[in-house]
Amino acid sequence: MTKGLNPSTTTRRPDRAALFIAAVLAAIAGLIFWDVSRLAGAAGYSQVGPTTVPYAIAFCLAGLSVWTVFEALRNDFPERERQEFGPVFWIVAGLVAQMLLLNVAGFSIATGILFALTARGFGKRKLWFSLPVGIALCFAVWVIFAKLLQLSLPAGPLEHLFF
Amino acid sequence: MATFEFLLQGLWVAAQPMNLLYALIGVTLGTAVGVLPGIGPALTVALLLPVTYRLDPAGSLIMFAGIYYGGMYGGSTTSILLNTPGESASIVTALEGNKMARAGRGGPALATAAIGSFVAGLIATLGLAFIAPYIVKLALVFGPREYFALMVLAFVTVSSAFGDSTLRGLTSLFVGLALSVVGIDQLTGQTRLSFGVPELLDGIEVTTLAVAMFAIGETLFIAAQGDKGPDKVEAVRGSVWMSKLDWARSWKPWLRGTFIGFPIGAMPAGGAEIGTFLSYATEKRLAKHPEEFGNGAIEGVAGPEAANNASAAGTLVPLLTLGLPTTATAAIMLAGFQQYGLQPGPLLFATNPQLVWGLIASLLIANFMLLVLNLPLIGLWVKLLTIPKPWLYAGILLFATLGTIGANPSVYELGMLLAFGLLGYAMRVFGFPIAPVVVGLILGPLAEQQLRRALAISQGDVSVLFTSPIAAVLLAIAAAALIVPLILRARGRGQVLAQLAANED
Repeated sequence: MTKGLNPSTTTRRPDRAALFIAAVLAAIAGLIFWDVSRLAGAAGYSQVGPTTVPYAIAFCLAGLSVWTVFEALRNDFPERERQEFGPVFWIVAGLVAQMLLLNVAGFSIATGILFALTARGFGKRKLWFSLPVGIALCFAVWVIFAKLLQLSLPAGPLEHLFF
Repeated sequence: MATFEFLLQGLWVAAQPMNLLYALIGVTLGTAVGVLPGIGPALTVALLLPVTYRLDPAGSLIMFAGIYYGGMYGGSTTSILLNTPGESASIVTALEGNKMARAGRGGPALATAAIGSFVAGLIATLGLAFIAPYIVKLALVFGPREYFALMVLAFVTVSSAFGDSTLRGLTSLFVGLALSVVGIDQLTGQTRLSFGVPELLDGIEVTTLAVAMFAIGETLFIAAQGDKGPDKVEAVRGSVWMSKLDWARSWKPWLRGTFIGFPIGAMPAGGAEIGTFLSYATEKRLAKHPEEFGNGAIEGVAGPEAANNASAAGTLVPLLTLGLPTTATAAIMLAGFQQYGLQPGPLLFATNPQLVWGLIASLLIANFMLLVLNLPLIGLWVKLLTIPKPWLYAGILLFATLGTIGANPSVYELGMLLAFGLLGYAMRVFGFPIAPVVVGLILGPLAEQQLRRALAISQGDVSVLFTSPIAAVLLAIAAAALIVPLILRARGRGQVLAQLAANED
């Protein structure tokens, strides 16, 4: 642990991101309490029912949230490396594009776009090259898995052209 | 002894030509995927699970066993030649193995890792075959409260006993447990946490979660680190064959590693890492030339690599006999069983002995195949390491989404994949471990079932959980596993991690 060596940690400001995590944990706990409270009265004569375990989990999450607040105030979270969000954006865009296009354009085209955008995120800027490569590769994968291994991968215009 | 008979029967099942083919496909795919940098056995198994969807249960599980062992072999190749271990259990192998590769002794390092894995896999699989019937008998006296205590122990060891923070481990675990509540309650049929969304009624798929967190979360994390220059792959120079001296220095560490790794894997003690660390420390203490450690000592590859594979076989003991997954990989294998409606545990040995023993026997066969596949063909696997990052990760996402689409071709499932991928990425950034989420998700409903059964029998009296001696002992161990590391960390601030960091250059 290199605490104290880095000037940014010596200022001892509370860790905002960690406080945010604590808030999220508390929110999840609240959500479980709220949802499960609808089921009240369903417990059998043994006092144990579908609500017992969710209540226990929510209770523990609330406790962990408080603990996280303490660690955030004491700056006990590890140093985080600087994140570059450009590449993350490209990959998420690829996943979203695949999700929206899958049932319209078929597996090969949708996944080919994901392939090209992921490569873009890792620095392959030539989309005119990586997009056809991705679609061709995904088509080969589709033939193997949908035709030979019988997985149900959605077909689109490209697949219908051949099969 | 009946074990021999069962094992022979299993070998007969596994030696059917089709099953041999499945095993061969499994080990080949497992090695190929396992060797890719950044892909550990858990992700290998999760990615390849959909490939087995259309096979019969026996064939599928046999292929699965091959994938599991293949992934373990592949991981060691990566860590020796690249120094970025694909699986956490290979960290120690990377310490000495990569130094050997840099000194031009990559061949013998790979050979001692492969043969050590073979020896360990062989002994540990036989150990599994002979121990399993006894644990099955023991498990028959287990009631709901003993099972619940056992699962609590597994929760603690997976989440907080090891790793660098009790808080973050427990948080991961409870996120997994919270996700496990989503859907229809198994005992009363009431819907919980599904908020009127019909897709949530079936709960959250373990494979979707595992693939999202391991594949997509990892890809996003690597991408967000920016370009740090290419990783240097050490070429395998010279012969892969070991000299007489290498053999003489390796065989004892192999055996010691096996006997350290197997019991640790077989106990619900949180994965293969601890075994490899212990084996490394043991070899360092026993070595005639301790000064070589840190500069490429072959004992430091042979021992940990054997321990690694022995504990991989060891984790199958609780998984097969008790239905208790103690690692992320085992959790995904449990999901593989469940897709055929099979619940591993003592009952499976009674109702489906052919399947269980066929699986154990095919592990032995997979082990032989891997030895053949790994020594002469090592050059082929090394080539896989040189795939440029953009194509590698684009391909990983292609196969990650392929599995999800193959299991359930819906926009909704891909949305889950993306959401959990982002969650996995955020967890990586903040240092939360991933494995407890996966184990919590799959083991949560089982633990809840046992707890509610136990409490229903006692009519809500909680003290019943502590009054059985077995349950009380298990819960006491769990409490110790939770509290002792907490005290150790408060005092020494993670000594093991510091020690490890000091060994790296």
